[in-house]
Amino acid sequence: MPKTSSRWLGLLFQVGAVLLALLFTSIILLLVGAKPFQAYERIIYGAFSDMGHISDVLVVWVPLVLVSAGLLITYSTGLWNIGIEGQIALGAIFTVWAMRLLQDSSIPPVLIILVGFLAGMLGGALWAALAGALRVFGGVNEIFGGLGLNFVSTALTIWLIFGPWKRPGVGSMSGTVPFDTSLWLPMVGGSRLSLWSLGLGILGIVVVYFILQGTYFGLRLKAVGKNPRAAFLMGIPTSSYMMLAFILCGVFAGLAGAVQVTGVYHRLIPSISSGYGFLGMLVAMLVNYQAIGAPFVAFLFAALNIGSIQLPIDLKLDSTLSGVLQGALVLFVLLMDGVRRRVLHKK
Amino acid sequence: MQKRLWLIVSLLVIATMALTACTTPATPTATEAPVDETLTFGMLLVGPYNDHGYSEAHFVGGQYVEANVPNTKMVYVDKVNSADRPGTTPAQLAEELVAKGATVVIFNSDDMKDSAHEFAKAHPDIITIHASGDGAWKDGKDYQNIPNLSNVMGRMEYGKMMAGCAAALTTKTGQIGYLGPLINDETRRLASSAYLGAKYCWAKAGNDPAALKFKVTWIGFWFNIPGVTSDPTQVADDFYNSGFDVVISGIDTTEGLIEAGKMKAAGKEVWAIPYDYEKACQEGADVCLGVPYFNWGPAYAKYIKAIQAGTFTTGWEWLGPDWTNINNPDTSMVGFDKGAALSADASTALDSFIAELAGGLNLWTGPINLQDGTPLLADGVVASDLEVWYLPQLLEGMEGQSVSQ
Repeated sequence: MPKTSSRWLGLLFQVGAVLLALLFTSIILLLVGAKPFQAYERIIYGAFSDMGHISDVLVVWVPLVLVSAGLLITYSTGLWNIGIEGQIALGAIFTVWAMRLLQDSSIPPVLIILVGFLAGMLGGALWAALAGALRVFGGVNEIFGGLGLNFVSTALTIWLIFGPWKRPGVGSMSGTVPFDTSLWLPMVGGSRLSLWSLGLGILGIVVVYFILQGTYFGLRLKAVGKNPRAAFLMGIPTSSYMMLAFILCGVFAGLAGAVQVTGVYHRLIPSISSGYGFLGMLVAMLVNYQAIGAPFVAFLFAALNIGSIQLPIDLKLDSTLSGVLQGALVLFVLLMDGVRRRVLHKK
Repeated sequence: MQKRLWLIVSLLVIATMALTACTTPATPTATEAPVDETLTFGMLLVGPYNDHGYSEAHFVGGQYVEANVPNTKMVYVDKVNSADRPGTTPAQLAEELVAKGATVVIFNSDDMKDSAHEFAKAHPDIITIHASGDGAWKDGKDYQNIPNLSNVMGRMEYGKMMAGCAAALTTKTGQIGYLGPLINDETRRLASSAYLGAKYCWAKAGNDPAALKFKVTWIGFWFNIPGVTSDPTQVADDFYNSGFDVVISGIDTTEGLIEAGKMKAAGKEVWAIPYDYEKACQEGADVCLGVPYFNWGPAYAKYIKAIQAGTFTTGWEWLGPDWTNINNPDTSMVGFDKGAALSADASTALDSFIAELAGGLNLWTGPINLQDGTPLLADGVVASDLEVWYLPQLLEGMEGQSVSQ
């Protein structure tokens, strides 16, 4: 089959997958007695109607794209880093820890924030290294190891909030005492968006793009992912590369945790990861593990998250509908990809 | 080829969405800002609007305002907590309500305190009412001096005393369990009030005060969050399976009542007292001794009317029951609706207790010691609002954790 028609056929299948996902979500909406187009219109309104909403979308986009960037590295190495949620949480915990230690010192706030970010990266990397060590040296599948570590990180977060870091006299689900505003990332105008975190998000995905596309290191990571045995026989130290992939992914997850602390919540809260780890996995799957598409799909998912807030307010619909749409997109894209392969194979 | 394909698809989807947004008709939808003189008030509910508990009580309060104050409209978001709405903050959601035309925003949970203050500071033109907070209490420990911030709370201590009394008049094992949410000033004083009511009625019925067992188990939040809190169903079951035959709920949902119903169906003689919402007993009438509930409507109606008239002043209010009729829907902030499982004798005794409270009986009168034996109130000394509001521990005689660790 000529290359051009193959490309067009591929595009057709991808558009078909998006349409099927929309159709699937619409059927669910109809089943609950809602009007699908009205719901989609509200989501779009909620995400793009003004600069405030667009900036809120970008606030979600930053940690999501950072997490997705990290996951592209582990995916390339053939690893399912399910423990990403815990790595975000540990990044946040380390950031809060460092900032709590320094907040009453004479160190300038900008340096405290910087140390907070470095600590966050360290926290995420250490937690990921633990999952990696379990996989590489302990033979524990990273899915099970990661899941276990996620539970531990949740318990650790709750313990810190209700224990050592509790508010004076009380434990509160709303988290630890917020940091002084001088330790918040500066925001643009009256929005919640920080240009620093936005820059970090862009930088993160660009770095991962170049690692995977333009470096010998990235090529070796992918070689390990494609066929670890062959890679080993070719002289690539597969264990080291797997560990490195975990640690790098943890650095990005830790960064996302640090952004959640310094730019969004300004404290540690029980659900500090906001589920971006699992959402990031969907993003990575949807872009077929290619960095070039990640920022766009992450933006789409962030828009769905923010836009869907309108559903309960305006239509009394549950905003988890956005999750249904996100999941449906991934499922149908994978499905259509399978169908496309079969069709091409037959031809 | 593959990556370029993805780029195109992604751009296509985003462009379609953006284009649709641009071409969205400017005509306001049913819930957008009104152009008439309707006052729109927003409400942020920590739990589901239909939780048969605290959030539903607020929601019903909002509906009361709409029905009783002309030219008013409510917009709301429920499940405002970081587990149900990850990635959002209450302040952010409040701004969504302002975008719908709300000029007054009610934050309904103590756990929204940081966001309520942040929002009020950022929006000086929006009246911010934080239910259960103390940021606008000049004498309070957390006074914020934010001109547009108000607080309101019901003196649920009385409702809890009635609950404790009903429990003590009913228990056959002399063991009362209290299903606590998380540990803070509010929850300590409410659990302690239930204990004071129980102790009073237990002794008055001729029982040995030392024989009454009152245990508090905290689940960690106002309602169950799987994987994060203890499971209230499990906690209630543990109570019923270990000799506690009445469970008073301090949480926003009705697991204690539902489990009592199941136990009764299985042949156990147990009872429950839910919390917050007037009709909470409906989920298990045959085991329900009654429910202490909030009636937010009259207070919110008063505020909204004053705002419409331009006479509203911000401040901190702690409103008690209307002692002429604690269940008057138009006047009483706190009520107690007796359940079908309350015996006739217990009902009569409870009425006498309520009459005593209405007559001036104050159970927050010394001698009262804190759980660790530290004197709180000397003999005959009546607690101030500050002492009750900021109760540092549970009281002597109560089992359970006083401070989160």
